[in-house]
Amino acid sequence: MKQLLIVIALLLAAPMGAVAAAQPATQDDFVPAGSLPPAETLPAAPMVIAAYGFVWVAVLAYVGFLWRRLQKVEQELRDLERRVAER
Amino acid sequence: MKRFFQVAWVIVRKDFTVEWRSREILYTTLFFAVSCVLVFAFALVREGRPMEDAAAGILWVAIAFAGTLALGRTFERERQSETLRALMLAPADRPAVYVGKLAGILLLLGAVEGLLVPLVGVLFDAPFWARPGWMLALLLTGTLGFASVGTLFAAMLVRARSRDVMLPVLLYPITVPVIIAGVRGTAALIQSTPDEPMARFWVSLLLFFDVVFVTLALWTFEPLMTE
Amino acid sequence: MKKAYVPMLVVTALMFAVAPVLIARAPFETTMGLIQKIFYFHVPAAMLLFGSAFVCGISSGIFLFRRTPSADRVATAAAELTVLFGLIVLVTGPIWARKAWGVWWQWDARLTSSLLLWMMFVAYLLVRRYGGPGAEKLAGAMAIFGMANVPFVYVSVNYWRTLHPKTSVVPTLAPEMRGPFWFSVAAFILLYIVLLTARRYLEAQRARVEALHLALED
Repeated sequence: MKQLLIVIALLLAAPMGAVAAAQPATQDDFVPAGSLPPAETLPAAPMVIAAYGFVWVAVLAYVGFLWRRLQKVEQELRDLERRVAER
Repeated sequence: MKRFFQVAWVIVRKDFTVEWRSREILYTTLFFAVSCVLVFAFALVREGRPMEDAAAGILWVAIAFAGTLALGRTFERERQSETLRALMLAPADRPAVYVGKLAGILLLLGAVEGLLVPLVGVLFDAPFWARPGWMLALLLTGTLGFASVGTLFAAMLVRARSRDVMLPVLLYPITVPVIIAGVRGTAALIQSTPDEPMARFWVSLLLFFDVVFVTLALWTFEPLMTE
Repeated sequence: MKKAYVPMLVVTALMFAVAPVLIARAPFETTMGLIQKIFYFHVPAAMLLFGSAFVCGISSGIFLFRRTPSADRVATAAAELTVLFGLIVLVTGPIWARKAWGVWWQWDARLTSSLLLWMMFVAYLLVRRYGGPGAEKLAGAMAIFGMANVPFVYVSVNYWRTLHPKTSVVPTLAPEMRGPFWFSVAAFILLYIVLLTARRYLEAQRARVEALHLALED
């Protein structure tokens, strides 16, 4: 009996081994997370925030820059107009 | 129309005569171009052999740098003798003056390329003359594209401050596409089997640039040179 | 123009406050996911980059041929804005590219030509600042060549093999994306008009200061 069971087990093992060997070495859809290309492991959210944040910073910096220059010019304009009036 | 080309021819002859007396710009530009090639040789050569396609890039970069120098020197000479103002005061069509100066620059650059192309070909083992017709077409259209914008800006900069650095600052962003087209076209020709359709594509693109640049230059030369 | 300015400013600020909400509610793009949302600011900025280059080029042309000082003031203002919007495009683009393509930058036709266009207008500002007398005309010539470059930049992506998406993307946007996108475009256009007006005003005030200096010297 035991010998028959051993023979049956061995007979079953062979096709199972054949099926296991017939699986493709790498599967297309699922890859261990450690071997993904670097770009795909980057978190997208901080990059989106960085991009939008940059737009805000750039525009506000420019507006600030304009504001400062305008203040200087208007101050100079007031000084000059006063000097012209005094003449 | 005939007068237009007569004026241009007179200017070319004048420039040629003045230059031929000392040949200063010719020799110094040639030497500079060769030095450029050497610098790139050290940068782009590995174990005694140049990198793939390096020869095409080296050739065109040397042409661009030498061209910038030649443009600067030619108009510096005009500035020192104040001859540019005299030219502007002369009863000549301004665009004709532009064409005359451009033709002079093209002759100078042609002479430089006459030395540079064989030199780079020999030093970097690049068969530039595998398809001589296409190579000449590339050199002509590319140099014209570069020189057309260069002559315009160099003439404008004669009276400006910081003119030495301003010329590359203004010239390079506009002419980099011309250089790219020249390099790509030349690279296509020096491959083991020259890629003629590719070279033809780049020559057509260069022709397109030439037409746009020369037209814009002719159109803006007069208002730019007038006080 | 003056009376409409403050309302326009308020509307612009409001639109920019609302835009992120609309953008967040827009559907995800199938292949790129969240990172594609940079599109809603990157593309309008690029549209304004091209538009501003045209404004600068046309006003420079008017200044060169008619010598109208107001045209020169518009040209200066537009050149600064071209550099600003170009900077936005050239920073948001590579951030998007790093995630979507794996590299920050590629020397393809679209990216290279965009960078060159931006550099042309940086050169405009440099020449204006450091070129000495008569520099406005030099810069004007630069602007005209810059303007001529814009169509080339636009079509480069259709004729060369590049990683960058083609111009067919915007006309064929998914319906739910169109709302946020065109809203962002409108917000950017308003922002441009607001900034251009302010910059022109600054330039006009500067001209008045110079005139007064000259008057005082007499």
